[in-house]
Amino acid sequence: MTTATKVFDVAAIRQDFPILHQEIHGHPLVYLDNAASAQKPRQVIDAISRFYQTDYSNIHRGVHALSERSTKRYEEARIKVQKFINAPSAREIIFVRGTTEAINMVAQTYGRKNIGRGDEILITALEHHSNIVPWQMLCEETGAKLRVIPVDDRGDVSNFDVHANTKLIAVAHISNVLGTVLPIREIVRRANGVPVLVDGAQAVPHMKVDVEALGCDFYCFSSHKLFGPTGLGVLYGKTALLEKMPPYQGGGDMIASVTFEKTTYNTLPFKFEAGTPDIAGVVGLGAAIDYVEQIGIENIEVYEAELLEYATRELSQVKGLRIVGTANHKAGVISFVLEGIHPHDVGTILDRQGIAVRTGHHCAQPLMDRFGVPATTRASLAFYNTKEEIDALVRGLAKVKEIFD
Amino acid sequence: MIDDLYQEIILDHSKKPRNFGHLDASSAHAEGFNPLCGDRLTLEILLEGDVVKDARFVGAGCAISVASASLMTETLKGKTRAEAEKLFERFHQLLTNDAANADDLGKLAVFSGVREYPARVKCATLAWHTLKAALENSDEEVSTE
Ligand SMILES: Cc1ncc(COP(=O)(O)O)c(C=O)c1O
Repeated sequence: MTTATKVFDVAAIRQDFPILHQEIHGHPLVYLDNAASAQKPRQVIDAISRFYQTDYSNIHRGVHALSERSTKRYEEARIKVQKFINAPSAREIIFVRGTTEAINMVAQTYGRKNIGRGDEILITALEHHSNIVPWQMLCEETGAKLRVIPVDDRGDVSNFDVHANTKLIAVAHISNVLGTVLPIREIVRRANGVPVLVDGAQAVPHMKVDVEALGCDFYCFSSHKLFGPTGLGVLYGKTALLEKMPPYQGGGDMIASVTFEKTTYNTLPFKFEAGTPDIAGVVGLGAAIDYVEQIGIENIEVYEAELLEYATRELSQVKGLRIVGTANHKAGVISFVLEGIHPHDVGTILDRQGIAVRTGHHCAQPLMDRFGVPATTRASLAFYNTKEEIDALVRGLAKVKEIFD
Repeated sequence: MIDDLYQEIILDHSKKPRNFGHLDASSAHAEGFNPLCGDRLTLEILLEGDVVKDARFVGAGCAISVASASLMTETLKGKTRAEAEKLFERFHQLLTNDAANADDLGKLAVFSGVREYPARVKCATLAWHTLKAALENSDEEVSTE
């Protein structure tokens, strides 16, 4: 046993998550829908509520004490994010509404400026709709083309070549359906200088992310999947790229000076943060990062890998169950189909036993088509899940089969 | 209870859907799609004057949507357009309104359990929405066949 697993006390951790301690339809809640959104520890909930009770005001503009305190808290959180993903500078951390907005922002600023007719944008077959549609919209606007890197039967992404007209590569770090962890460093190497955007929505909560080591140009993630509040996310971009990008939205805070003749834009990161941001949300995200770091992201990785292995083994023993996504390097996402039973029915019957899973296409319809299934049932893990909960899921599936027998 | 949703008739029709397949000749068809769960079905109907003579469907979906399509096609035969539309209205009431009664809905009454599962109402009504589209299409189809 490694020291990492020894210090990991899941029972104590569960005490930090008030929502977990309730019954659903008369059964203890088993929350296995973490890839959709993660639950919040008391530390995050309290930090937000304390902030509103003691420090809150608008930021970056007041001379008064509360504004100064709020600004300080907001900017401290930015530094926490910077350190958490090892970005070279806090100026490269831009707060947005979520992964979706981060990707759209890059498409609409970097993309519109640098990508044109005859150019190519490269994505993979396992992307979430939010890393497909913004590029399709850009292609429609500019006459560029989308090229899709295929995925094999296990869920691994194939090798690819960049062409002279390849202008951007946009890939997930971890697939929200298959759990595949993509080899980002290898992808960046193959990109051979073509900018790489990484959709890290599923990665940041579950593994150490070091954007410098990855070498990617943009990295996006959402606060709500990282045990933080909703409506908030982060776009990391390399300074050189961000500086050359036009602003996304115009308004307050993103300007240096405004006259009716000419406006000069503010410096990074403020150029991309028009208007009053989600100040308390950012403070909450800072608290979420503190919380994750206090547990240790490496400990989380080890614990979740063990849980994934257990879950994979147990679920594989359920007769008629087929796991979709069996890549070598996987994170705690298990999509599966049960022979002859539609995922929707599986989800409803599990719910009646207190087990929350996601069913459907998981915002990845092209990937569903690739695997020839209309939908899957997906159990996705977090560090507060336990082996007992996996056992409950297996029992739940037995009940599903009993009804459909 | 979960058994109120997955009643015997529903399970039976989901495993052995009636009127599954294509019609030799049809007066109208429509495709139904539930983007939320990927359920898809194609419905074909044969009208004689104003009366639905036959109806068949193909597609894939959850037990609730397949059973609903199966039971709908059974119920439809011999109904006039107006009767079919009225039936959909009653059926929808049954799924969404606690006070609705199942009188003269016949076998369709087994879907009353869906009421307790708001997320599943769309599954139960997919076939009916498709029927509505088919009946609307049929106006144009008349000239071609
Ligand atoms: C891989 C991936 N990318 C992007 C998103 C979109 O994130 P958000 O809805 O927070 O913008 C998700 C969320 O489900 C995701 O799993």
